[in-house]
Amino acid sequence: MQLQESVGMALNAIRVNKLRSVLTLLGIGVGVFSIIGVMTAMGVLQNAIENGVSDLGANTFQIQKFPIGNFNDNSRWRLRNRKNITYEQADMFYDRMKLAKFVGLEVWEFGKVVEYKKIKTNPSVQVAGESIDGLATNNWNVEDGRSFTNQEVQSAANVIVIGSDVVKKLFPIGNPIGELIRVDGRQYKVIGTLVNKGGMLGGTQGNLVVMPITTHMNTYGKERSVNIMVTARDQKTYNDVLEFSRGVLRVIRQVPPGEPDDFEFFSNETIIAQFNDTTFMIKIGAVGIACIALLAAGIGIMNIMLVSVTERTKEIGIRKALGATKYNVLSQFLTESVVFSQIGGVIGIITGSIMGNIVSLLLDAPPVYPWNNSVAILQTPFLDFTALQMNITALIFCSFIGIVFGVYPAWKAANLDPIEALRFE
Amino acid sequence: MQPVINIKNVKKTYIMGTVEVNALVDVSIRIQKNEYVAIMGPSGSGKSTLMNVIGCLDTPTSGLYEFNGVNVGDMNDNELAKIRNKDIGFVFQTFNLLARSDALHNVELPLIYSGMKKTDRKVRAEEALGHVRLEDRMHHKPNELSGGQRQRVAIARALVTNPSIILADEPTGNLDSKTGVEIMGLFNDLHAQGNTIILVTHEEDIARHAHRIIRVRDGLIEKDFMVEDRVLPGVNV
Repeated sequence: MQLQESVGMALNAIRVNKLRSVLTLLGIGVGVFSIIGVMTAMGVLQNAIENGVSDLGANTFQIQKFPIGNFNDNSRWRLRNRKNITYEQADMFYDRMKLAKFVGLEVWEFGKVVEYKKIKTNPSVQVAGESIDGLATNNWNVEDGRSFTNQEVQSAANVIVIGSDVVKKLFPIGNPIGELIRVDGRQYKVIGTLVNKGGMLGGTQGNLVVMPITTHMNTYGKERSVNIMVTARDQKTYNDVLEFSRGVLRVIRQVPPGEPDDFEFFSNETIIAQFNDTTFMIKIGAVGIACIALLAAGIGIMNIMLVSVTERTKEIGIRKALGATKYNVLSQFLTESVVFSQIGGVIGIITGSIMGNIVSLLLDAPPVYPWNNSVAILQTPFLDFTALQMNITALIFCSFIGIVFGVYPAWKAANLDPIEALRFE
Repeated sequence: MQPVINIKNVKKTYIMGTVEVNALVDVSIRIQKNEYVAIMGPSGSGKSTLMNVIGCLDTPTSGLYEFNGVNVGDMNDNELAKIRNKDIGFVFQTFNLLARSDALHNVELPLIYSGMKKTDRKVRAEEALGHVRLEDRMHHKPNELSGGQRQRVAIARALVTNPSIILADEPTGNLDSKTGVEIMGLFNDLHAQGNTIILVTHEEDIARHAHRIIRVRDGLIEKDFMVEDRVLPGVNV
């Protein structure tokens, strides 16, 4: 019976003292906003990355010379003498990996200009050199024309498959197949185009051209490490294929037994884990900042509640004379401070979710809705939180703040002497 | 017959800093059901303290106070709150309505604390407002009502729980004399309907509406007598 009454009174108190209330709500709101905003933004990034890496294709892993991301000075020292994975080694690996569905070999060059007649692209086109399976392991599909043949790879033919962005830029009208284009000044014959898959993290997956790996190495040099991509036939054989390829590559690279691998494996999972490692500290930082903000907001709530108790001394006296118990008065004021912090929390969640999802607009990545309960956006060693769980936790935490900082003012109100309170003007 | 109020040798001492103030020195009063009593006295006489004790807002330092045969002196805050809620209807000089709530809600307030269901208490509050002839002002806030109307809302609020006593502290003190007469007429009606009324006042004219006057001075009962020339409401004030 009391709750409805108390909530009504709390809302009334907020209405009556608009400016004061707004300032207090803002405190809580900013605290919740900061944490929800950062978490949502990170969730969006994570979505984007998961979407991006899943473009690798299912059941696919990569082998490279170095791990991705930053490695510390210690490991840099250890790793810097690693020898390249040469094309010969990679080709040998390809021959022996009959267990895998596809084994693609690739090398990359970045920031090149592609020209067709008088039209030029920006110097931002990625140039991939791929073996025969490379398109399949990258999950690239040919839209028009064809991919290169085994013979074209063997003979390092000057043929090229172009990405959708390049098609759009150089061939706004007309068919590119069979045309001659220039990459870095060298001439290639266009034999196919790739299906547009959309960008990842604002990058342009269509902004690339693909040539045979042999052609690429003849043009841009052989002194580079080849990136190997392996696709297992299915999920069941994935681990076997991974272990088998480890053995094969160790033999090819003559790693003595007992020594660690001199190459690294990546899968969708390791890339996501890598991302989570990097963002974990950001998230912890956001939680810390939010806690400090909420502490400040809690003090604000306590302040406003103390003012409110003083202003309403007479009212408290009347209520007590009419039979309100200490508990009635205490719960009334506690409800008020909890309602306060809840409203602030809701404001924070709404603005934070909007802010975080602006990132999704910027990156053209799927948004993280505040009611999403399927993707964990905060992984801690103990618990994972989805957006929905995050938001509910935030609201519970707000109630907690409201109670902790509302208890003293409410206790003060509950213990007012009714006679003194009635006399208060 | 068991008295509603039985006060015997009650003493109330306040400590103001280092000084002890004996607000009530030795007071004994019995009030029966359906009496109409005025407690009179100049300021500083202990009249307010006596009212606070009778109203269960305060407990005596020593002596016996039985309310409907129950010893109030032993009660804790919550039990006192319950008595105030169920058995005492307060009417104050300054009305003491909640400024932000309409008349109906003000009258409902004691019922909220007694835990009555929303629908029931609305019916009861409307009845009580009807009793003071304010059914058409139910949804007005106190600042939209005249002084007399406000006091009638306060009386409706005092009546709504069907209390054992109505305790009115200078109920006409903030009203002009014409409105005061109306309010005293209302008390007269309530008494005629069987309510027990205790009026606290320093005005002789007001006190003489009651059947019995208790004069308090220096914390003692100076005089306790039946009124022979009662002022009837509507006649000479």
